[in-house]
Amino acid sequence: MIAIIDYDAGNIKSVEKALQYLGCEAEITRDKDVIMNADHVILPGVGAFGDAMKKIRDYDLETVIKDYVATGKPFLGICLGLQLLFKESEESPGVIGLDLIPGKIKRIPDAEGLKIPQIGWNSLEIMPDKKLFKGVKQGSFVYFVHSYYLECDNEADVAATTFYSTKIHASVEHENIFACQFHPEKSSEAGLTILKNFISL
Amino acid sequence: MLTKRIIPCLDVKDGRVVKGINFVDLIDAGDPVECGLAYDKAGADELVFLDITASSDRRNIVTDMVRRVAETVFIPFTVGGGIRTVDDFRAILREGADKISVNSAAIDDPYLIDKAAEKFGSQCVVVAIDARRRRVGKAADPSLSYSESIKMNDEWKPSDGWTIYKNGGRLDMGIDAIEWAKKCEVLGAGEILLTSMDADGTKAGYDNELTRMVAENVNIPVIASGGAGTKEHFYETLTDGKADAALAASLFHFKELEISEVKKYLRDKGVPVRL
Repeated sequence: MIAIIDYDAGNIKSVEKALQYLGCEAEITRDKDVIMNADHVILPGVGAFGDAMKKIRDYDLETVIKDYVATGKPFLGICLGLQLLFKESEESPGVIGLDLIPGKIKRIPDAEGLKIPQIGWNSLEIMPDKKLFKGVKQGSFVYFVHSYYLECDNEADVAATTFYSTKIHASVEHENIFACQFHPEKSSEAGLTILKNFISL
Repeated sequence: MLTKRIIPCLDVKDGRVVKGINFVDLIDAGDPVECGLAYDKAGADELVFLDITASSDRRNIVTDMVRRVAETVFIPFTVGGGIRTVDDFRAILREGADKISVNSAAIDDPYLIDKAAEKFGSQCVVVAIDARRRRVGKAADPSLSYSESIKMNDEWKPSDGWTIYKNGGRLDMGIDAIEWAKKCEVLGAGEILLTSMDADGTKAGYDNELTRMVAENVNIPVIASGGAGTKEHFYETLTDGKADAALAASLFHFKELEISEVKKYLRDKGVPVRL
């Protein structure tokens, strides 16, 4: 069973629907036991870093997430769910994130004629031997919607990058923690392959 | 590199796609799910469903359609038509839609944009703007009918500007389109879906003056709509018009042009697309 963590993070139905389409049993939940007993856990999210961390703490989910990650079972953050895995974000100064992987969340730098947020399909440069990207072609397009981006401290954690105003770490793989800045559940074939790779772990 | 998006728009009434979709392999051309899947396969980057249901039961019909589409179609989709409140937003987003487009409701209550963006995030608030060149000279005579005034509006210059219309293009609000787009951005809109009523249905090309003026005055993506007839028109609006995406309806539904054909042409001309 796959647990999708529910902390009022906006539209998380499509993650559930994509998993069901792939033949998985998925449950949207904030129940500690359900999360701890799941084989896979997904942290989705849309919205602001500070609000999201507040909700995670209000619902008492921070320890649950950290305890689950400590079991070594696969964990996937999507979009804001990727950003929350890091210590801090320029979006919400002073708010401490889950701090599970070293790196920073920064605002996409302004550039002439560049729209922020980045909305749309951008191509990925995929690093070798990354588990989420097995069978995904180099240069595949995936769907992004974001104004802030990840800069990992350790290159070894980076699974894929993209370019929008600057180099963006679009996906990470750090032990049993995986994350995507883009939306695999909205990225057609390529996205479904990524989700399938995750649930096969 | 971020690509330019090509977006087919489907009109739905009572949960059924209307105006015909001409894909050979479709068993049921009126089924939004099947049409959505066919467009995903054809290379559409996103979908827009425009609901034109008039019945009092419309919300249930729409949420039911959204639920079914979200179960099988895994590209982003927008739902528009008749959405007036934050509760309407919630009901449709909850079933799996990615974005909601609002038009008349945002004109009546601009703070709807702000409230929805605050609740659900700017990324899912699309403001649809129907704009038309301001009537000048003889065309400004109030006794003229809408179609007569369009024909006579030939003394128009870009400095005369565009005004926005509501109620499906029937009521001129007298509000400047560029100013309205800027206000929408400030209130929290995530994208502008910009339809030129002058160009819509003509197949003579998008209104690229309008599109460029809006695109240069806001820092959120602009989707050009109305007037597509050839693949060159897509190229022009995505370059000259500075649009981030281009929308078309009947052109794709009736297979006058394939999405893949448009995208190949754009790629060959140096416009980044997802192919």
